Amino acid sequence: MTDFDEALTVFAAEVGPDGPVCVRGGGTRWSLGGEAAPDTREVRAPAGIVAFEPAEMTVRVRAGTPVVALHEELAAAGQRTALPERAGGTVGGALMAGESSIARLGRGPVRDALLQARYVCADGRIASAGAGTVKNVSGFDLCRLLVGSLGTLGLVGEVLVRTFPVGKSERWVRLAGTDPGAVRSCHTAASVLWDGTDVWTLLSGYEVDVDEDLGRLGACEEVDGPPELPLHRWTCTPAEATAFDVRNGTAGRFVAEIGVGVVHASEPQPSRPVEPGVAELNRRFKERFDPTGRLNPGRDPLRRP
Amino acid sequence: MSRTLVAATRRVLGSRRRGDRAAASPPAGAGDAALVADLVEAIGSDRVRADTASRYLASRDASIYREGNAGPVCYPGSTSDVVACVQVAARHGRAVSPRGAGTGLAGGAAPLGQPVVLAMTRMDKLLGVDLDNGVAWVQPGMVNLDLSRALAPHGVHYAPDPSSQAACTIGGNVANNSGGPHCLAYGVTSAHVVAVEVVLSDGSVVTLGDLTAEPAGYDLRGAFVGSEGMCGIATAVAVRLTRNPPAVRTMLLCFDDVSDAAATVSAIIAAGIVPAAIEMMDQRCVTAVEDFAQAGYPKDAAAVLLVEVDGPAGGVAIASEKVAGIARRNQAISVRTAADEDERARLWKGRKSAFGAVANVMPDYYLHDTVVPRTRLVEVLERIYEIVDRYDLIVLNVFHAGDGNLHPILAYDSRVPGTDERVHAAGREIIEMSLDMGGALTGEHGIGVEKREHMNRMFSAVDLDQQSRLRASFDPHCRMNPGKVLPSAHSCSDIGALRAADAAGVWG
Repeated sequence: MTDFDEALTVFAAEVGPDGPVCVRGGGTRWSLGGEAAPDTREVRAPAGIVAFEPAEMTVRVRAGTPVVALHEELAAAGQRTALPERAGGTVGGALMAGESSIARLGRGPVRDALLQARYVCADGRIASAGAGTVKNVSGFDLCRLLVGSLGTLGLVGEVLVRTFPVGKSERWVRLAGTDPGAVRSCHTAASVLWDGTDVWTLLSGYEVDVDEDLGRLGACEEVDGPPELPLHRWTCTPAEATAFDVRNGTAGRFVAEIGVGVVHASEPQPSRPVEPGVAELNRRFKERFDPTGRLNPGRDPLRRP
Repeated sequence: MSRTLVAATRRVLGSRRRGDRAAASPPAGAGDAALVADLVEAIGSDRVRADTASRYLASRDASIYREGNAGPVCYPGSTSDVVACVQVAARHGRAVSPRGAGTGLAGGAAPLGQPVVLAMTRMDKLLGVDLDNGVAWVQPGMVNLDLSRALAPHGVHYAPDPSSQAACTIGGNVANNSGGPHCLAYGVTSAHVVAVEVVLSDGSVVTLGDLTAEPAGYDLRGAFVGSEGMCGIATAVAVRLTRNPPAVRTMLLCFDDVSDAAATVSAIIAAGIVPAAIEMMDQRCVTAVEDFAQAGYPKDAAAVLLVEVDGPAGGVAIASEKVAGIARRNQAISVRTAADEDERARLWKGRKSAFGAVANVMPDYYLHDTVVPRTRLVEVLERIYEIVDRYDLIVLNVFHAGDGNLHPILAYDSRVPGTDERVHAAGREIIEMSLDMGGALTGEHGIGVEKREHMNRMFSAVDLDQQSRLRASFDPHCRMNPGKVLPSAHSCSDIGALRAADAAGVWG
C-alpha cells in the first residue's frame, strides 16, 4: 500500500468511473482481438521511467513508455526486459497484447515479465497487483491475468518489470538449406527461426560459449538480424511449428519460431476452436472485472489469432 | 466476522508437537452419514474414509495451524472421481478442500468448516512425456522428486525444487506456485506450468492453457496457479521440461560476518550474474545442519552461501570465477568448489535438510517466508536479529538469498509459558519490517490461513476486491477450499459457507 505516483492519479481521473474508454499505446497492435467500438473515448497512459534498479534487476516504468526508449535506458547497465521492441510500441501495449519477442526461447515469455501492475479498475479506482519484489505469491496472481488481456479488465498505468543481463555476445547467423535440428546442440540459442528452407539463430551468452556454438554450426553466415517477418502471427504448438512446411498451403510464406510455436505467415491463421468451458470462464472474468463492459469495448482476447 | 473465526485466527499459533493437544476434529456428525453414503456410492468404499483418525490426519498440514477440521476424506483415482466428489459435496451444501502431501507451511490445506477433503495422492502417475512439445503431463499427486527422477533418462528435468521436493506433490506446487533454490534463474512454478486440467466447483472440467505458444483468451492458467485450491481442483498438469545444463558448478562461500555474506549476494546480482541458485545459512543454521546431515559446512563460519552456476561450460567457468572474486572482495574466509557430483549432492543435502535439522535445536519452530528487495539484505538481516533478540528468541536463517526470499526460523519450546505469544509478536514484526522495506508477505509458501489477516497490511481494499473477483470468476459460490488467502472482510461468501457448516458443529 503506497501513495500512488501523481501521473497515475491523473490517468485514473482521466479514465473516470464510467463511459466506454479505450487506451492507446503505440497503436502497433491496435486491431488485436477486434477494433475499438465506435464512439469510445480514447485515453493514453502516462510515460516515463520511474525507477530503474540494476542491482534488483527490475524497472518501474509508466505504461505509455516506448519499449525501445526503455531498453535504451536499460542498455546503459547491460540489461533489457523480455518485452518485444516494435517501432513506437509501448510497455503497456506489449503487456496487454501479451505477444512475446522472437527471442522468447532465451529471454522468456512476456507473461512472466510483469512483477507488479498499478491499474485503473472499471470503477475508476486504482488497484495494485503483485509486489515490488522479484518473487511473490501473496494472494491471487492478477499480474498473469492482466498480461494479454488487451486492457479489457483494467487499464494499466504503471508496472514493475523484470530485467536481465543482455548476453555479453549476441550474434545472428543464417544457415542455408537446413532444418532446425541443426541448432539443437547450441545451448546459447536465444531464438531459432525457420522459413522452411533456411534457419536463422540468435546466439546469446558469454563470448566463449557463443564462439563454441558457432564452431558447432560450421558453415553459416553472420547476418544483421532476423529475416523480415510476414505480417500475420499464428500460434501453434512447438511440434506444429517444427513441422510447419507441411501446411504451407494455407499459410503462404512463413517464418516459424522453433521451440516456441509462434509462426509468422503471410496469410492469417484460421480461427481456432475454443473449449466451451474456457469461453464461459472468459465471459465470467470480463463480467466480474468490468460489469458494464466499458473497458476497451470491441476487443476480446478470445478473438486474438 | 463470526466469533469462531476470530477465535480461530487468534489460535493460529499452536504447537507443532503431535498429541499434546486434544484432537481438533469432533467425531463425524450424524449428518455426515448421508454424505458419506453418497460419496461411497460415487467412487467406491475403498476411496472414502470418514473415521476420526483419517479426518484428523487430513485436518493438518505442516504449518503450526491446528484448527483445521476435515469432513469425509476421499482418495479419487481419476478426474471423473473428482467430478463425482465435487458434485456430491455440492448436493450436500458442503465445500471441498483439495490436499496433496500436506507439506504446506501456511495452513492452505487445513480444511475449514468440515469440507469434503480430496486427498489427491492416489492420482500420482506420469501420464506422458512429450519431448517434441517440451512438456510432460502429470497427475497432481505425483511427488516433485519422482517426476524429476522419471524425466532423468530424457536429459531434462522439472525446474522448481522446493526443499520438501521428496514429499510434496505437483498439485500442491501448482496450488502454492511453489519455488525452491533453483527458481532464481529458472522461475517459480507458474513459469513451468503450460496447461492444467481443472474440475471447477460446479463439477465441470476445463483445460486452462494449452500447448500452443499463446493460447487465446485470458491467461486462466496463470490465474489458477497459486490460487491455493480456491479456484478448482487440478487433475492433470502439463509441466514444462527444462534441458539439463551442460555444466554445473556448486560453490560454498564462508564468511566471518553475516553482513559480508549478504553484501556478496547483492554484489553478484549487481554484477549482472544470475546464478542458478544463491542460498544463505547463518551460523546457527549451519551448526544445526552439520550436526544433522554432515554436509561438510564449517561450523565456525558466521554465514555460508551456497552458490550454483550452470549453463554452457565456458560461461560457467567465467561466472564462477567472478563469484569467487566478489566473495573474496567481501572478506570471504573460504571459497570451496564442489569437486565432484558426490560433494555437490552433499552440499545440497545440507541445505535441503535445514528444516528437519531444527528439531535438534528446539521442539517447535515457526517459519516466515517474506521477500525483500535483494539489495537490502544486509539491513534486513540486522533488523531480524534485533527483533528476535528483543523477544529473547532463537532464529536460524536459511533462505533463497538471490531473490531476497527470507526464511527466518524462530525455534522455540511452546511448553515454556508465554513463548507462543513472543513468537507471534516477533513474527508480526518481521512481516511488518519486510513490508516496510518494500517487500512481500510470502515468496513461495502461500498465504493459507496463517498470513490471511496480514493481507490488509500489503494490499488496499481495492486490491483485495480485485483478487476476490478473480476467485469468484472461477468459483462464484466460494465452495472450493473456503476461508483461505483473503482476509475475512473480503471473503464474505466464504464466511457464509463456513457458517453454514459451523452450525453442524465446526470447531467443536
